[in-house]
Amino acid sequence: MAKPTFAMYWAASCGGCEISLLNVGELILDVDAAFDVVFWPCVADFKYQDVEGYPDGSIDLCLFNGAIRNSENEELARLLRRKSKTLVAFGSCAYEGCAPGLANLTTNAATMRTVYTDSLTTDESRTRAPRPVTQVPEGEIHIPVLYETVRPLDQVVPVDYIIPGCPPEARQIAAVLRAVLTGTPLPAPGGTIIGAGHVALCEECPLAKNVKQITRFYRPYEIVPEPGICLLEQGLVCMGPATRSGCGALCPQVGMRCEGCYGPLDGQDQGARMLAAVASVVAAGGSHLDEHVQAQEIAAVMDTLVDPAGTFYRFSLAHSLLRRARVADDPA
Amino acid sequence: MSAETPNRARHDPHATPDAGHGERVGVYVCHCGHNIANTVAVEEVARWAGEQPNVVVARDYKFMCSSLGQELIEQDIQQLGLNRVVVAACSPHMHEKTFRSACQRAGLNPYLFEMANIREMGSWATDDREAATQKARAQVKGAVDRAVHQQPLEPLYVDINPNTLVVGGGIAGLTAALELANAGYHVYLVERDSSIGGHMAKLDKTFPTLDCAACILTPKMVDVANHPNITLMTWSEVIAVHGYVGNFTVRVRKKARYIKEDLCTGCGTCVEKCPVRIIDQNFEVGLGYRKAVYRNFPQAVPKYPVIDTANCTFFQRGKCRACEIVCPTDAIDFNQKDQIVDLEVGNIILATGYEQFDARRVPQYGYGRLANVFTSMEFERMVNAAGPTAGRVVLRDGVTVPKRIGIIHCVGSRDKNYHEYCSRACCMAALKFAHLVHERVPEAEVFNFYIDIRASGKHYEEFYHRVLSESTHFIRGRVAEVTDAARGPGEEGQLIIQVEDTLIGKQRRIPVDMVILMAGMESRKDARQVAALFGLGCDYDGWFTERHAKLDPVVTMTEGILVAGACQGPKAIPESVAQGSAAAARVAGMIGQRVMKMEPVRASIDAASCSGCRICNTLCPYHAITFHEDRKVSEVITALCQGCGACVAACPSAAISGAHFTRDQVLAQIEGILWDARQPEVLWLEPQ
Repeated sequence: MAKPTFAMYWAASCGGCEISLLNVGELILDVDAAFDVVFWPCVADFKYQDVEGYPDGSIDLCLFNGAIRNSENEELARLLRRKSKTLVAFGSCAYEGCAPGLANLTTNAATMRTVYTDSLTTDESRTRAPRPVTQVPEGEIHIPVLYETVRPLDQVVPVDYIIPGCPPEARQIAAVLRAVLTGTPLPAPGGTIIGAGHVALCEECPLAKNVKQITRFYRPYEIVPEPGICLLEQGLVCMGPATRSGCGALCPQVGMRCEGCYGPLDGQDQGARMLAAVASVVAAGGSHLDEHVQAQEIAAVMDTLVDPAGTFYRFSLAHSLLRRARVADDPA
Repeated sequence: MSAETPNRARHDPHATPDAGHGERVGVYVCHCGHNIANTVAVEEVARWAGEQPNVVVARDYKFMCSSLGQELIEQDIQQLGLNRVVVAACSPHMHEKTFRSACQRAGLNPYLFEMANIREMGSWATDDREAATQKARAQVKGAVDRAVHQQPLEPLYVDINPNTLVVGGGIAGLTAALELANAGYHVYLVERDSSIGGHMAKLDKTFPTLDCAACILTPKMVDVANHPNITLMTWSEVIAVHGYVGNFTVRVRKKARYIKEDLCTGCGTCVEKCPVRIIDQNFEVGLGYRKAVYRNFPQAVPKYPVIDTANCTFFQRGKCRACEIVCPTDAIDFNQKDQIVDLEVGNIILATGYEQFDARRVPQYGYGRLANVFTSMEFERMVNAAGPTAGRVVLRDGVTVPKRIGIIHCVGSRDKNYHEYCSRACCMAALKFAHLVHERVPEAEVFNFYIDIRASGKHYEEFYHRVLSESTHFIRGRVAEVTDAARGPGEEGQLIIQVEDTLIGKQRRIPVDMVILMAGMESRKDARQVAALFGLGCDYDGWFTERHAKLDPVVTMTEGILVAGACQGPKAIPESVAQGSAAAARVAGMIGQRVMKMEPVRASIDAASCSGCRICNTLCPYHAITFHEDRKVSEVITALCQGCGACVAACPSAAISGAHFTRDQVLAQIEGILWDARQPEVLWLEPQ
């Protein structure tokens, strides 16, 4: 009997997901033994034409990491959806847009300006922004078209499972792979989260939690947090309460606030949830004060919260209720 | 520009959740006579609503709240098998109950009803027919989409504690306390001052009948003190309120009087012998003196004095003890401490009253700078037979009888620089003063400077005519200035009132000996703190907000918290008394029910989803959230929860949900309201 087939693809992402997969250690040998790898550009030479030639639905398991940033990403997403029995959005980019999704706060033109023109280290006289079509003596060269809006995989094609994380924890990947290898049934497919918990991260976090009254916010470099005590109480915007568990609360345990890479809890908007929570525990502007004094006091505390969009939506913007900023507001 | 709407993923969690479980919605658009129909195309909204998903029937009707309108709903529920009802009409404050009852009569759970307010939020807010109609569509769509997610809920029942707390011992609070006590219910009356009676106790005569204020007030004060159903707590303040209608726990600080109430006979020897004499800024408004151990006035209720530690020689320097030495019953106790008392009550009536506008804030009238400019309350004390001048009308020197007196109306009231509102009582008090001057100093000339005379009350206009006939001068115009800078020999040594007499169209300078400023009423300086303490609202001027200005003037938006008297807005004695009685009647009615039906709109925490982050722990204004240290989860105590939703919004883990305001209900409503606003997804902006 032919071995089941495996594919992995890398769209708009950093590559950390691939490394995390290899971090499963020797288990990867079992994967290799159990599966026929039919497409994995990162580790072996396959051509897109090879995939196009496969019968539809012939790939048993496809791990897709990366967001849909350009026309090539989208083409491969559709192709791999067609060819795969089980398509997994692997990691935060494919699941919810992740850092590439923050491009949705601005426009392509502005992003291009920053990268190719305005950057301090760019010599403007020598720079040329990439263009979709370039004339060369041999003819026309086409490169993929950059989309204005970064989309998670499930906004382009239906996905069967989601493994969250930036990157997914090797231990969680291993557990999923083991289940697949041993034939343990997975939950019903349909955008189903696997390889993660179902409650908020605080559940896994051993730090002591008290009631919260925040008088100012800190960025991680501004304080050395008191060990053993909830970071949010100390003014670090730890995203733990609004973030899915599964990683084992690795960051908070070493004094680094949770940035929220495991994404929101079921059906929630991670950034909105956390913003509402933080706003609820700001200790300023008591109700006995006049409204304008209240507003001033609250604004003074909130001003210490730098980069709210990047804090609350670092990973989930493209998959949030808002998805992107209004492009019409761009001054350029 | 090209844009593309991407294929929606099968399992997009943000897609409008599927309704389609056989919800059958009926939509009813109300004309409200012309109130809505003049601005909103109600027939069109109803026709359009009929085309929306899940809507089985949509009708418009002249008055949905009429019995015929309600029957329409009931018939449709029974004949068409509706299981959701949406009425687009007025504010739910007006008629939500009406329509919920109609649904219930037809066998539909009342919480499957939803209201869209297209009157206050639509037709009354604009004249633009097209815009109002479009907004009404959006509101109806939001209500329909929300309604399909609504779940049947069952009401909660709580017992009502028959005890009542009345805060404030002025005439409104006294009236409320006596009414309830006479009805057989126990009342705790908490007064911040050392004795009850409020502002009325300072007055001499009351308009328009010229009753002696003390004669009509002191019997009530004594009744309160002696009533077996009233626990009188003076020199006490409420410091915390927990709980909800029917079951409040109120923490009261009983400030130390340094007098043992069980031993004190009220003989007054201590007051007499106390060597410290200070100006009484409170009861005598700075016009008289009091001792360091004092009573506000001889008939004060309760009779026990109180020691003012800030001025008492013993408390300041450790010696004197004169009062202790002379007290025949050894009732002085310098070691007394503040006591904290917890009261259990079912309802709370706030009757915290008003403060007089500080006339110093109008510098051109010279109060505090020109000796013979008095405030109306100073003059009240002056004409009071028990007051500092024993009722003699004299200048600040205490001997000279004024020959010419100017009374300036609307000081701090009806003035954009201070308060725009009319303080209601000052015109009549000014007329009373004019009358009293004529009575006490028959040869004096009195000038009233007014903008309008507001004499709208029973027998008020008649009183105005009586004062007119007593040859008081009435000069119509707002006084520009009161000055002692004479311009001619005729003005030397007098106060000059500079005014434009708008009836003759001339500037006039009227020299007088004495000026009385009719300072208006304003809300107490701590009104906002008090409002926060009891969980009710204040308007812009700091007056407590009633549930409905006309139809529910003594009830607030917070169940079980009522208001009476001038804390709700400027009032004279008759209205304050009426409100005190009204509040008492409302409370008595509530107590009579014994059990109260509560909205089942409550928050609850799914223990399995709670990560124990404790964000919610400090948020609940009703202290309904407890944290279980052993299980590391928070819990909402249903009986204490009032359904405000603060914790629901705050819970970052979405472990808290609010019945009737669930996430899918709210999001469905938002998506419904924005039905025509969804923008296509932007994939690229410019041709590439």
